[in-house]
Amino acid sequence: MNDQKSRREFLAAGLLTTLAVACNSKKSPFPEDADVAASGEKIKLLSVDGEVIEIDKAFLKPVPHMPPVSNTEARQGIPGKKFVMVIDLARCKSVKACQSACNHAHGLQHGQNWIKVYPMQDAEKTAPYWEPTTCMHCDEPPCVKVCPVDATFKRQDGIVLIDSDRCIGCRFCMAACPYSTRVFNWDEPELSDEIKNKDYNAETSMPQKRGTVGKCDFCADMTRMGMLPHCVSACPNGVFMFGDMIEDTVTNGAETFRFSELIKDKSGYRLMEDLGTKPSVYYLPPVNRNFKFEDGIKTDSTEKKS
Amino acid sequence: MENLQKFSAEKITNDLLPQKFGPRGKIWTASLLVVAAFGAFAYVQQLRKGLVVTNMGDYVSWGIYISNFVFFVAISLVGSLITAIFRLSNVPWRTPLTRISEMIAVSAITFASLIIIVDMGRPERLLNLFIHGRIQSPIMWDVIVISTYFCISLLLLYITLLPDIRLMIIAKEKLGKTFSKLYRWLGGFWKGTAGQEKIRDRSITILCVVIIPVAFCIHTVTSWLFATTYRPGWDSTNFGAYFVSGAFLVGAGGVVVAMYVFRRVYKLEHYITDRHFEKMGRILVMLALLYLYFNVNEYLVPAFKMKKEEEAHLSGLFAGEYAPMFWFAIMVGMVIPILIVVFRKGRKPLPMFIAGVMVVVGAWFKRYLIVTPTMLHPFLPKYDAPARYSHYFPSWEEWAITAGSLAGVLLLITLMARLFPVISIYKTINDHESELPS
Repeated sequence: MNDQKSRREFLAAGLLTTLAVACNSKKSPFPEDADVAASGEKIKLLSVDGEVIEIDKAFLKPVPHMPPVSNTEARQGIPGKKFVMVIDLARCKSVKACQSACNHAHGLQHGQNWIKVYPMQDAEKTAPYWEPTTCMHCDEPPCVKVCPVDATFKRQDGIVLIDSDRCIGCRFCMAACPYSTRVFNWDEPELSDEIKNKDYNAETSMPQKRGTVGKCDFCADMTRMGMLPHCVSACPNGVFMFGDMIEDTVTNGAETFRFSELIKDKSGYRLMEDLGTKPSVYYLPPVNRNFKFEDGIKTDSTEKKS
Repeated sequence: MENLQKFSAEKITNDLLPQKFGPRGKIWTASLLVVAAFGAFAYVQQLRKGLVVTNMGDYVSWGIYISNFVFFVAISLVGSLITAIFRLSNVPWRTPLTRISEMIAVSAITFASLIIIVDMGRPERLLNLFIHGRIQSPIMWDVIVISTYFCISLLLLYITLLPDIRLMIIAKEKLGKTFSKLYRWLGGFWKGTAGQEKIRDRSITILCVVIIPVAFCIHTVTSWLFATTYRPGWDSTNFGAYFVSGAFLVGAGGVVVAMYVFRRVYKLEHYITDRHFEKMGRILVMLALLYLYFNVNEYLVPAFKMKKEEEAHLSGLFAGEYAPMFWFAIMVGMVIPILIVVFRKGRKPLPMFIAGVMVVVGAWFKRYLIVTPTMLHPFLPKYDAPARYSHYFPSWEEWAITAGSLAGVLLLITLMARLFPVISIYKTINDHESELPS
C-alpha cells in the first residue's frame, strides 16, 4: 500500500494530474467526486500499474501540493533511504549559487549561511581550493549527542534535523559541532506573512523561530518529493551530487554516478575523519580542476572577509 | 577558641546574634539592590528583544553568561569543603567558618541556576528539560547534580541553623518583632531535646558524606559541558580535576574575603581570630599550588605539541589578544596570592583579605578565558559570517546582567547574615564549654 502510494505520488508530481477512480484509500488527498458530470472528452493517461488508460477530462483535477508531514513523520524520516552528498572540489569556483539558492529557499536571515564556501589552503606550499560545506549529517552527530531535549535528531534516512518548536536555545549543539555549521536566530527572524503563519515543519526548517538553532536540512522536503536539494540544482558547475547510499547512486541533475565507484575512482574522503563523526557528505579532491582558484576570488571579493 | 575562655554563654550569644543594619550596612544593601535591579532591567530588555541584545554570535555562541555560571558553580563548592570535609576530618577550628561558607554556597548555586536560564534562547521552554529530557546529554547531568547540590546545601544550612533559631526565638525581645514570625515558622518545632539532637547530628553527618561526591559532580559535570566537545582548549581529559581544583581555590578565597569582612563589620575579632586566617592561609596556598599544577598540565602539554588547532588558541592566550587577561589570571589569581600567603606575615588578616580578593577576581577572569577564546578558534576558518562574529566583547546588557547576578549573590549573603548568626552560636558555646577546664 505504502509503496503503491509513493509511486502514485511520484506520478502525480510528474504529470500534475491523476486518476480520481484509482484512489481507493480513505487517506487519499484526492477525494472521489461523484457530482462531476462526464464531458465526453477523453484523455490518455498512464495508470499506476503502468497501463495506458483513457479517462474523461472532467474527472481530472489539479494535484494539491504535498501536504506537510507531521512532526512524527518528520522525525522518522523516509524508510529505506540513506541520503548522501558528494562535493567535487575540482569543479568549484565559489560561484555561490548554492548559497543564494539555499538562503532564498529557507528564508535565511541576513548574516546566516547554511552553506559556506571556504577558501582553503591546507599547508603553506599546497594549492588553495574552494570548499563548500553543508551540514555533514553525521552518522555519529555530536550535536544530537549533546542536545538535552531531543530537539535536534537523527532520522533513519540519515538526515539530522531540528525541531524549533522544542529547542530551548542552549546552543550546546553549536559548541559541539566541529564543522561550524549551525546558526542561531539571535533576533526575531524577518519572514514573509505567508511563512510566518505556517506551523513549524522540521523538513523545511521553516518558519525560523527566535532563540532557536538552524542549519542545513539536506532539503528534507525536496528529497521526500524525490527532488534534489536546492544547492544541488542551483550549482551551474555540477559541484554537488546528491543521492541514496542504498541505491548507490548520486546525481547533480545532469550526470549520474555510482556512488561507490565515484568515491573509489576519485579518492573521495570526508572532513575531519579523525573525530569519528562519520559524515554523510563526501568530498572529491581538487585535482584536474575545471577552474583556477583565482577564478573564484572575483566572485568572492564582494563578501566581507573576516 | 582559647581567647574565649573568659566569655560567658550569654556574652557569646549577644555577640553573635544578628544585628540590624547600620548606616554602612544600609548603603551596602541599597547599592547591591540598585545593581541587581539594573541587571533585572537589562534582563527584561533581553526577554523582550531576544539574545540579539548580547554581543554573542554564531562563533562565540557562549559568552560571559556561561563563564559567570562556571564561576558561580565553582565558588559554591566551598560549602562542601569547609563544612563537610572539615567536619569529617574533625578540623577543630572550623566552627566560625562553616556558616559563612554554607551561606556563600547556597547563594552562589542559586544564582548559577538563574544565570543559566538567562543564557537560554527560549527560557519559557525550561520545562522541556523535564518533558523531553534526554539523560544522554551532559546538560541533563548538570541539571540533576546542581539541583541535588542546591537541596543538600540548603538542608545543611537549615539543619545546622535550627538550634540557633531556637536561641533567636528565646531572644526575641532583643531582636525585635520584625522576623520573629519567620523564625517561629522556620524552627518553632525545635526544642533541642536529646532525641531531636540525635536526629540532627545524624542528618548532618549523612549530608556531609553525601555532599562531597555531589560537589565533585557539579564541577566535574560543568567541566564536561566543555570537555565533551572537540574544540581546542576544551578537548581535555584534565578538565574535571582542573575545574574541581580551581573551584576549591576560588571557594576558599571567597571564604577568606567573607571572614575578613564579617569580622570587621560585626566585630568578631574574638571569634574569627588571626589563627583562623593563619590556618586558612595554609589551605589557600595548598589549593593555589594545586590549581597551578593543573594549569601547567592544561596549557603546557598542548603547547609542547602545538597541534594546528591548538596553536591559534594557545598563542592567542600566551602572546595574543587574550595575553593580558591570561597572565593577569595566572599571576593575580594564583602566583601572587601564593607569594603573599606562603609567608607567615602574609597569613595575617589584611594580607589574607587582599590575597582572597585577588584569587576571586582572578578566578572570574579565568572562567572567561576558559569559555571565550576557545569559541573564537573553530576548526574551519571564520568565514561567510558577519565580521562582528569574529570578536567578542560583552554588550552593556550582558555586563549589567552579570553585575546584577554578582550583586544578587552578595545580596543573598547579606540578607542571610542579617537574619541569622554568621557564626553558629550553639556550636560556639558548645565548643567553648568543652574547652573550659573542668
